[in-house]
Amino acid sequence: MDEILSIRNLTKSYDDLTVLNQINLDVSRGEVVVIVGPSGCGKSTLLRCINAFEKIQEGMVKLDGEVINPFKGKLNEIREKIGMVFQSYELFPHKTVLQNMTLAPIMVKKIKKKEAEEEALALLDRVGLLTKKDNYPRQLSGGQKQRVAIVRALMMHPEILLLDEITAALDPEMVKEVLDVVINLAKEGRTMVIVTHELSFARAVADRMVFIDAGRIVEEGSPIKFFESPKTERLRKFLDSFKYI
Amino acid sequence: MGFEVLLKGSNLIRLFTGILVALRISMISVMLSIVFGVIIGSLMTLKKPVINITGKLYLEFIRIMPQMVLLFLVYFGTTKAIGVNISAETASIIVFTLWGTAEMSDLIRGALNGIPTIQYESSYSLGMSVRQTYIHVIIPQIIRRMLPLSINLVTRMIKTTSLVMMIGIVEVLKVGQQIVEANRKSSPNAAFGIFATIFALYFFACWPISIFSKYLEKKWEN
Amino acid sequence: MDLEILISYFPRYLDAFKLTVIIGCTGILIAFILGIISAFSIHFKIPIMSQFFRVYIEIFRNTPLLVQLFFFYFGLPKLGISITSEVCGVMGIGLLGGSYMAEGIRSGMDAVSESQRESALALGMTRKQMFFHVIFPEAFSLSIPAIVANVIFLLKETSVFSAISLMDLMFTAKDLIGLYYNTTEALFLLVVFYIIMLLPVSLIGNVIEGRVHYKMFGA
Repeated sequence: MDEILSIRNLTKSYDDLTVLNQINLDVSRGEVVVIVGPSGCGKSTLLRCINAFEKIQEGMVKLDGEVINPFKGKLNEIREKIGMVFQSYELFPHKTVLQNMTLAPIMVKKIKKKEAEEEALALLDRVGLLTKKDNYPRQLSGGQKQRVAIVRALMMHPEILLLDEITAALDPEMVKEVLDVVINLAKEGRTMVIVTHELSFARAVADRMVFIDAGRIVEEGSPIKFFESPKTERLRKFLDSFKYI
Repeated sequence: MGFEVLLKGSNLIRLFTGILVALRISMISVMLSIVFGVIIGSLMTLKKPVINITGKLYLEFIRIMPQMVLLFLVYFGTTKAIGVNISAETASIIVFTLWGTAEMSDLIRGALNGIPTIQYESSYSLGMSVRQTYIHVIIPQIIRRMLPLSINLVTRMIKTTSLVMMIGIVEVLKVGQQIVEANRKSSPNAAFGIFATIFALYFFACWPISIFSKYLEKKWEN
Repeated sequence: MDLEILISYFPRYLDAFKLTVIIGCTGILIAFILGIISAFSIHFKIPIMSQFFRVYIEIFRNTPLLVQLFFFYFGLPKLGISITSEVCGVMGIGLLGGSYMAEGIRSGMDAVSESQRESALALGMTRKQMFFHVIFPEAFSLSIPAIVANVIFLLKETSVFSAISLMDLMFTAKDLIGLYYNTTEALFLLVVFYIIMLLPVSLIGNVIEGRVHYKMFGA
């Protein structure tokens, strides 16, 4: 398998609180890995460690065979290759939708404004937001903002995309419009690591499921095995907590 | 009613010159306040105890001291303390700058702290460097938060310039008093006309600026 | 600094302090009442009154107190309306303060959410009950930081009273400097008395602001 991301013995702690303990995880090119687990289990922290937003105490993260955390050098150069979408969208409030998308390509990749805009418009069209190109983020709904945030990340042609609970702040009726975009990305063969609470979405999109509890990977496997015949008691309990009698 | 005095000689022009003195003092002070405010405000976000405590004390002192008292302290106090005789206009610019700097630095600190860390991270995650993030993402947002409030500070400074007559600067109110004195016999009601006119002059100097500041605030609220 | 001079000056400053506080507080009380009436009229769009108070607020927020006082004290007598300097001081602080208080209270009233009103009505309250038991208390606590800031601002503004020959702290300091040239002592006492007057208000303000914030956001 063609591994793009590899995490070895990653340990992350704040003072004497260990948030992540000896995590090992490999992601192949084109694979979609979905991480689930109870709140506070460390799954979001894991994404932030991949992007080197968090310093790690032990272990390492490699992207394409290159160590990226702990990283020495210019962090923005590695972050260019890793796209990240946040729960709270984090569009730039003072820029229009189009400007949000073209800012980084123009500044970082030094792409010509016109080319960047053409690409941005094509992406906006794909997610059905072409008419919103000149709107400011405050004029958009949560679901629209999140779709813009996703395509904004795509503008940098990242090798891997990290999605951190991207539907957690959305009204229920907007969840699907965002997740449909993600499912399409998966079909195109994008490499993604997704943290989510939407189990049915996870099942639909995942090539591999990972369950983290109390800072450790407790169980991982194909979606079918993961959901139909969980091996550990802890995963079974976690899955049960989503069911209604 | 005493308005006829305005048309005598150069009285009207003198009043306008008076308000220009007020505008000049406040403009110079605002410029200086912005520069010093940005420096001190940014320093205060570094969370160094010594800087923060000094900053807090300075801010609190300026916050509770009337500008009138500060004018007296600087104008009479400096002569006494360091033996330097400064002009009333210099004294007032110093006071207004001390006051403006305190307010601006607090605004800057608030605006900087008000931008969540994750806004920086979202910019970094797009591969932007720290410098690019500040120039294109953070500073424009700070300016949008700051500008309406800084414009507001301009109107407050213009209003406060009325105090500088108390340390002998010949600004509009002082000119008004002189005109009233000079025409005591010929137009005994001059006080009404002149002070009503000054009232209006200040209003029309400040009101448009207040409206502009409110407009910007509305336009840029997220 | 000469301790004897400080002691000999002290009684004069104390008198001036009392005068400043009395006039300042009376003015602030009027400002507060005026502010509530204006905010109420504007918020409920009461015809004529709301327009009247809007104009009043713009005029008094956009002119300096000193100019207002000059107009009242020297200008109005020419129309046959003579007032003492004490009344003029109270009136000045009251009118200026009213315009600031109105803005503070009004933004508090606007900040009470529509769903709060609706939930009060849904519980069967009358409009009057809703206003006095739900909207007003909430709006008031939301306005407290603005009100405290205005009180500090208004107490500071009293420092211009000397211009209309009220024997306030400023007047006393100026007078003593002119008479005896003991600038250091005169200025020192001036600062001390203003700190005594304003520091407690400012500190109480900080505490209240912290509490209101806690109530609103839980941290």
